[in-house]
Amino acid sequence: MSAVPDAHHPYYVPQPSPYPILLSGAVFLLGLGLALLVNSFAAGWWPLGLGALLLAGTLTAWFGRVVGETRSGVYGHQEERSFRWGMMWFIASELVFFASLFGVLFYERNIAVPWLASFTSRAWSAYTPWPHFSATWPSGGPAGRPFQVVAPWGVPAVNTLILLSSGATVTWAHLGLRAGRRGQLKAGLALTILLGALFLALQIHEFSHAYTRLGLTLHSGVYGATFFILTGFHGLHVTIGTIMLSAILLRALKGDFSPERHFAFEAVTWYWHFVDVVWLMLFVFVYWL
Amino acid sequence: MSAVNSAAAHPEEHHDLPRGMKRWLYATNHKDIGTMYLVFGTLMLFVGGLLAELIRSELMTPAMRVLSPEAYNQVITVHGLVMVFAAVMPLTAGLANYLIPLMIGAPDMALPRLNNWGFWLLPPAAVLLVLPWGLKLLGIGTGTIDTGWTMYAPLSTQSGPGADFAFVAVLLLGLSSTMASINILVTVLNQRAPGMTMMKVPLFAWSWVITALLLIAVFPALMAGSIMQITDRHFGTHFFSAAGGGDPVLWEHIFWFFGHPEVYILLLPTAGVLPHVLSTFSRKPIYGYEAQVYSFCAIGVMSIVVWAHHMFTSGMPTAANIYFMLSTMAISIPVAVLFFCWFGTLWRGSMTFETPMLFALGYIVLFGIGGLTGLVLSDAAADQQYHNTYFLVAHFHYALFGGPVMGLFAAFYYYLPKMTGRMFSERLGRWHFWLTLIAFNVVFLPQFLLGIAGMPRRIPDYALQFAPLNLVSSLGAFVLGATQLLFLYNVLRTVFGKSGTKATDRVWEGAQGLEFTLPSPPPFHTFSTPPVTE
Ligand code: HEM
Ligand SMILES: [Cu+2]
Repeated sequence: MSAVPDAHHPYYVPQPSPYPILLSGAVFLLGLGLALLVNSFAAGWWPLGLGALLLAGTLTAWFGRVVGETRSGVYGHQEERSFRWGMMWFIASELVFFASLFGVLFYERNIAVPWLASFTSRAWSAYTPWPHFSATWPSGGPAGRPFQVVAPWGVPAVNTLILLSSGATVTWAHLGLRAGRRGQLKAGLALTILLGALFLALQIHEFSHAYTRLGLTLHSGVYGATFFILTGFHGLHVTIGTIMLSAILLRALKGDFSPERHFAFEAVTWYWHFVDVVWLMLFVFVYWL
Repeated sequence: MSAVNSAAAHPEEHHDLPRGMKRWLYATNHKDIGTMYLVFGTLMLFVGGLLAELIRSELMTPAMRVLSPEAYNQVITVHGLVMVFAAVMPLTAGLANYLIPLMIGAPDMALPRLNNWGFWLLPPAAVLLVLPWGLKLLGIGTGTIDTGWTMYAPLSTQSGPGADFAFVAVLLLGLSSTMASINILVTVLNQRAPGMTMMKVPLFAWSWVITALLLIAVFPALMAGSIMQITDRHFGTHFFSAAGGGDPVLWEHIFWFFGHPEVYILLLPTAGVLPHVLSTFSRKPIYGYEAQVYSFCAIGVMSIVVWAHHMFTSGMPTAANIYFMLSTMAISIPVAVLFFCWFGTLWRGSMTFETPMLFALGYIVLFGIGGLTGLVLSDAAADQQYHNTYFLVAHFHYALFGGPVMGLFAAFYYYLPKMTGRMFSERLGRWHFWLTLIAFNVVFLPQFLLGIAGMPRRIPDYALQFAPLNLVSSLGAFVLGATQLLFLYNVLRTVFGKSGTKATDRVWEGAQGLEFTLPSPPPFHTFSTPPVTE
């Protein structure tokens, strides 16, 4: 299964491949569709739909190809090191993405809002967003429309527990894999996926609760904007992570991964832990403090 | 599956070149992908150049003659975006793809398919940027983005549909740069020939290590910002709007957190080529290799913490202005170290002045002026006067044309014989250099004076007293533009011409490095078995 080629084998340079350019085409179509749709050109649905299909198809085929290559044993240690470094730097770029969103939260809350509130004296009051604007957080919706915030110690706290335990279950699966206990591997993965899905379901419930009951929406001033962009992009990452975990589970069911070599599995666990850590930060800085 | 197996078992058997369009569309070979980057970047250099000529035509005389004010705004915006993202960045990435595996003795880039994905994201991004012009011809929308390349809110949140296409293009460009950076980093970290420690890696590869780290460290922030722009425009958020408690200045922070490192992303790869060229033509080893490596690192780190020197007039607290002023000035120290090392390499060398050397020396002079005027601008108090005048425009063209573009020409002439196996016309090359050097100064020196006299940037019309210098600048621009056709002709006849002197493996008498141990042009696959370095 995981034949380790001899130490001197040449680095594997793949043959010409259609997947990269197809993936670019998919991303282009998605982008085009988005740009058209936000400007209310219904024609944008076509590129959007086509792009989504192409994206799913190409990614499946590309990863399928890589799985085939892995099984055939063309990857030695050097190739594996490339994948490791590659995944690490990719996660680093994701980290910057979330760090900048947290930076936005910090800036709006600690710089923009107090600064706007500093104009409340009578002479300057024309410069505040609405009358009696104050430096509180949440700062209120535009025109001071009221909304309520999501209470941290309800569903968000439960979600924190869920994600933390999913980090534990995926580690448990890893231990199983390393010790050759396949049952533990599969059970651990399945549990993790389940917890991920549960998290997502609760998150969707929270969002709809916020929209319908609390009056907290994307339109709710900078509080609503930062709240939804941070939690929304985190949710998107949990979704992607759950899909990746499912692919890994499928491979595990088919007998892939050996106790020594299972980089794809590790890559997904790295990603999952990363998403986990982001959530902890979210819980503290978005919901709690 | 069988194809995979045979490829694994007999990797050396695939000597046959992939043929036809597939070779390019499905490419996995670093030289092919590098070539595509170089071709695309050159093409875009001319597109951006054409837009520049349009700008200078409008500014040749006072009053509106050539473009409508709306079209003018769109032209300057696309000129900036195309030059930065679609011309210079792809050109430096093309050099990286072509050269780094040769320089470090690797069989290819570490992740060849990812490499091709990164490249093929660029043409779609360019298409998205100009598509709104096409739509406008069909009567849809108001044309492309018209905010200037900095895309400041609230102009950007209120401008027409073209802005959405531009922000989506930025997302594609960010994805492309991230993928290319990951690949280059992994290649240098993991593919070096045995014996090549990090402190033996050629300076060009080192400069790209820092460039790639910078791209990974800042581009995602701009991507996040672009998404927020789109949500502000269409989904009711108020990130950049005080009406909901947000702040347009936040966008400036996001943009320049990316944007200042970006100017070093543009600069560093050519600062990495320079020592190679200087050492070859002064027939001396590179002076201060380690000092240059450490300078690259220092520039990389410092460039992340100085961004708000672009925002001295945006109403930041005085303490912030002072911090950003001093930290900006501090960057000139590692930059000056680079200059000293370049001079040290030249010092008492037996210099000859072939075209690449001329461009390298031109780089030192012009970029030197760019750096020094940068110091002038970095004075927070004085910048109240210079900000958004033509002084600023002159500064960054000395920095960006004088640095990256001159450096790219040097690199082109230096490596073209290696890539094609034929020498270019030295005579044409020298014409190209001298005309470029003179015309460039004719275009941009007057702009310093115009800026000091108070002419604002990004305004298509101007007061009468600015007319004479603008005329000079525009005439210079036409010569500068025409001169680049010499370059194009010279390159094309070297690439496609059958005649011409054959290049030797070493190409230049004093050339050092693994890439010059290979035949010119190098075969499709190189270093399938790693070379041994001492
Ligand atoms: C020691 C070196 C440098 C210093 C101290 C410096 C300083 C500055 C300052 C203070 C500004 C803002 C001025 C204003 O907006 O009023 C500026 C603008 C600019 N600089 Fe530099 N700079 C340096 C080097 C460079 C380099 C190496 C590049 C590019 C390769 C560059 C490209 C630019 C660009 C593109 C802008 C204008 C951006 C815009 O507003 O559109 N600079 N520089
Ligand atoms: Cu800057």
